[in-house]
Amino acid sequence: MITAERKPIQEIMDYIRPFGRILLVGCNECVTVCAAGGRKEVGLLSSALQMAFMQEGKVLDVKEMTLERQCDPEYVEELAGTINQVDAVLSMACGCGVQEVARRFKEKPVFPAVNTKFMGASERQGVWAERCQGCGDCVLGLTGGVCPIARCSKRLLNGPCGGSSGGKCEINPEVECAWQLIWDRLKALGLEKRYEDIAPAKDWRASRDGGPRRIIREDLAS
Amino acid sequence: MKTQSALEKVLAAGHLAVTSECGPPRGAMPEKIKEKAELLRGYVDAINVTDNQTAVVRMSSFAACLIIRQMGLNPVLQMVTRDRNRLAMQSDIIGAYAHGIDTMLCLTGDHPCFGDHPMAANVYDLDSIQFVQMVRTMRDEGRFQGGDEIQSPPKMFIGAAANPFGDPFELRVARLAKKVKAGADFIQTQCIYDLERFEKWMEGVRDRGLDEKVSILAGVTPFKSAGMAKYMKNKVPGMSVPDALIKRMSGVAKDKQAEEGITICVETMHRLKEMKGVRGFHIMAIEWEQKVPEIVERAGLYPRPSV
Repeated sequence: MITAERKPIQEIMDYIRPFGRILLVGCNECVTVCAAGGRKEVGLLSSALQMAFMQEGKVLDVKEMTLERQCDPEYVEELAGTINQVDAVLSMACGCGVQEVARRFKEKPVFPAVNTKFMGASERQGVWAERCQGCGDCVLGLTGGVCPIARCSKRLLNGPCGGSSGGKCEINPEVECAWQLIWDRLKALGLEKRYEDIAPAKDWRASRDGGPRRIIREDLAS
Repeated sequence: MKTQSALEKVLAAGHLAVTSECGPPRGAMPEKIKEKAELLRGYVDAINVTDNQTAVVRMSSFAACLIIRQMGLNPVLQMVTRDRNRLAMQSDIIGAYAHGIDTMLCLTGDHPCFGDHPMAANVYDLDSIQFVQMVRTMRDEGRFQGGDEIQSPPKMFIGAAANPFGDPFELRVARLAKKVKAGADFIQTQCIYDLERFEKWMEGVRDRGLDEKVSILAGVTPFKSAGMAKYMKNKVPGMSVPDALIKRMSGVAKDKQAEEGITICVETMHRLKEMKGVRGFHIMAIEWEQKVPEIVERAGLYPRPSV
């Protein structure tokens, strides 16, 4: 999923201070799962903002909505009926959702209420960790199902650097060494020999370095 | 001979090679690099120049190498993949070679989080093995990494690093094998204090005949104090310092500790000289270049051969 964390309340307040009526929009997808911007967080932020502005002597009018998917024009359209009753939109979706709302309602200011963090998985209750960088050319089939691009601090493709120590990364003992994990998996799968194949220099065009990316499916495109 | 490198000549003639290093200054002070390099003249075959070591900004390795080259000495251009993409790396390699810098060390580099610009974007377009591969392709095939032909390709003698003390240990020989396969001509190792573990690694290296394919220069760094020994043990990732050495350093009066550090270093070198597969030494006397002549002499490696 795409993970996110709510921005500090002060930063959010600074964005919306000039406005009296806002539409606070959550998303029912990833940000709900990582407890950053779903219906529940919309309710909590709405109350927090109204109380905080109250202390400044200002009454903030907040309308709350949570869309099924804020990155999807079909659902964003559901805001059309309410958008004219507000001065600005505060989105609790990931950056994709914020931009979709901004694209659809050109005349309305839209502000992010969360920082979009990474594509990751839940390690345990309340803990999420990065797993994928969307490089566009997946190498997991060669690395025992552990991604060296997302999980090695130096995105090394050919093995651990000299700083791998006791299974941990040199940058922080809380960070696991991706190459220790890869090596352990290759051994468990009896694929140790594969380690000595040199992974060639990566073609980063498939990643963000080739410019903003699109997928066009001819069979589906209208 | 693959190159004009003095280091290659020393190794090809069968001598134990000696290299050392200079860290460039944190400002436009050419005299600092000259002073450091001058201390090493006649005592080493080549001088590594670090590239923003520990991710702290300094005079570029290329510029400092050029100063050393102009002094008639042999610099080793260190380059890390952390700060440059493949375009910048290849253009710097051509530029360095055009100025007579013919030996280099290909590294990944410390993560920016350790340095003075932890907020910087890190590059890591290539890893160190792909980097070695690129420099070899430039030299032996006369092609850029992107495939185009190079007119008058740079002929670099190619070095890489090895850390026998990093984890997982069982991968460390395999990692060296990959660097050799990629095209490394020589290896400079991480500082060796733990001779037992180093010997175990060398056994693995010899079992696969890698010592015949690549020249391994054993890395040594003298302790300046017991405090430094403890720091190396506890704070530097991927470093192995036996407790016996800490005890030995701590057991000496403070004003004698530097001398003891040099003695330990020299003893280590004598033991390494007996180890099959060790083809020379890389003495990293950090901000202590003035001690290198003494270390080289006491290790029985002076005078240096003329090649």
